[in-house]
Amino acid sequence: MSSVIELRDIHTRFGHVVVHDDINLNVRRGDLLALVGGSGSGKTTLLREIAGLMKPTQGEVRLFDEPIQTGTRVTRRVRKRRFGMLFQGGALFSAFNVFDNIAFPLRELGRLHEDEIYALVMSRLALVELKPHHAKLMPSELSGGMVKRAALARALSLEPELLLLDEPTAGLDPDRSAAFVRLIRSLHDQLGLTVVFVTHDLDTVSALSNRVAVLAEHRILACDTLEEVLCIDHPFIDSFFRPLTARDEAPSGWVIK
Amino acid sequence: MATYSTAARLSRSAPPTIERREGHVALHGDWILSALRRRILFVRFQLRAAHGAHLVWDMSGVNRLDAFGALLLWRTWGLREPETLAMPAHLHGAFDRIRESAVMSVEVDKHDWLAPVVQIGSAVLGAADHAVGMIEMLGHVAIESIMLFRYPREIPWREISASIYKTGVQAMPIAALLGFLIGIVLSFLSALQLQTFGVDNFIVNILGLGIIRELGPMLVSVLVAGRSGSAITAQLGVMRVTEEIDALATMGVSRHQRLILPKVVALSIAMPLLVLWTSAAGLIGGMVAAEFQLNLDYRFFLETLPQVVQVANVWIGLGKGVLFGMTIALVACHFGLRVKPNTESLSSNTTASVVTAITAVIMLDAVLALVTRTIGVVVR
Repeated sequence: MSSVIELRDIHTRFGHVVVHDDINLNVRRGDLLALVGGSGSGKTTLLREIAGLMKPTQGEVRLFDEPIQTGTRVTRRVRKRRFGMLFQGGALFSAFNVFDNIAFPLRELGRLHEDEIYALVMSRLALVELKPHHAKLMPSELSGGMVKRAALARALSLEPELLLLDEPTAGLDPDRSAAFVRLIRSLHDQLGLTVVFVTHDLDTVSALSNRVAVLAEHRILACDTLEEVLCIDHPFIDSFFRPLTARDEAPSGWVIK
Repeated sequence: MATYSTAARLSRSAPPTIERREGHVALHGDWILSALRRRILFVRFQLRAAHGAHLVWDMSGVNRLDAFGALLLWRTWGLREPETLAMPAHLHGAFDRIRESAVMSVEVDKHDWLAPVVQIGSAVLGAADHAVGMIEMLGHVAIESIMLFRYPREIPWREISASIYKTGVQAMPIAALLGFLIGIVLSFLSALQLQTFGVDNFIVNILGLGIIRELGPMLVSVLVAGRSGSAITAQLGVMRVTEEIDALATMGVSRHQRLILPKVVALSIAMPLLVLWTSAAGLIGGMVAAEFQLNLDYRFFLETLPQVVQVANVWIGLGKGVLFGMTIALVACHFGLRVKPNTESLSSNTTASVVTAITAVIMLDAVLALVTRTIGVVVR
């Protein structure tokens, strides 16, 4: 099976501060990979390197079996259109309303009729469970959950193969957070997406991921299913996942040490 | 897992094609946005040709289908499934996603004949609103300064001093340069005219009066409005966007006292000093140019200056500095506090702040010129 993302020997340093020390990671098609780790462990940095927003000090990031920085302007642009990113704060364009935000990537493509863009935007809105009348609102008029949904609709606007989510449930109440997780799961099934998300919310990890990569001590400590990761004996994994293991006294078959 | 099989299909790619044979239309390849986009004109043309006839649609060769591909086909079919259609199960999802939105189309705004009237009306009301807001703010600042007389402990010295440094001290090099160059230009220009009349000595009158009374304050106002006015508006605007001003309010700190008053006070202190500084630089520039053009001795220039320019003119120049400084600060704060939480509003308010400040200063200057027309000049 081909890999969507491949990180090879990634080293990242800010001055003398080492963030990543030799990181290797493979994300396969159809994965729902959770990238977890403590605050300041470089999760978001890693996500930004995958998205091509930052260049690692050393090492190679490969997206869709190609090194991310190579190719002509056009090929790099085409590659960028194959993934969508949801930023932590939504990063909706504040000068555009919701409709224009979601339509923006479609209009950038050119060659689509305004009528088709309208229909596509409306279908994306329905996909993220927003109402058609929300399309005319400005980002500043939206609640936190709606910002996330609108931003997700924009990230999905070109129907990408890969979705990068930075803290998808941060700032949402448990109810909304669970609904958002369900939404991403159903999109994953419908669109055959590969999803990589950064989070430190254990509920999101257990509800959304089918694989977990644990980032600590500048390395990937483990990258496997949650059950397997929980079996690993490591102080960070122990303390990080303790709430999860303590709460579910193994009814779901998780192995508890 | 089911999603892995979907995913495996996604990894292959083939261009979208339409094959038409005797009432039979076979679709192949990837019917997705990125693939369709490259040959959209051709695909549209072929689909249009296939429209209407009672055709057998065979989609078994389609590898991938996204909402856009589904939309194209659905609209070709006239928003319903054709009678004879062979479609693999994995393609249904895309049609389900667009079925409802495919009927929607862009709402065209009807032309409103009253729009120009509404526009003028809202412009007038907007201007009135700004005027009221400005007066309100002036009132708040006045009340705050009275309060500070009663509680001198609360005077925000640090903010005032920081603002003086930023708006005054840091502007000195550029102000001096501007003043010096304008002085040279003005001096050369007038010298040429004066020479033809043989009244070279009057260069001192022209430069003295012109720079000290008018040009100095005006020049500094434009500079400060562009330099500090825009900075104040942008700073307050971002503070509003990031809710810092609300945070101040919850701590019981008055924004008029802590944010606006220091800027008004600082600008009304720094501006007259900048005016003095710039006028001096302008006069030096003029003096140098006069020496070059008219062979006017520096000593003669400096001795004549106090005789032909009354001290009242200096006071008028400094007074203008105070007034213009206050105006610029108030206008900048007013627009800064009106910024709405989006980038568009930030940029338009910053522009409006600078334009309004400069316009207001010029208007005030015209009024002052009328009011002070008998002061400081010899009326024969």
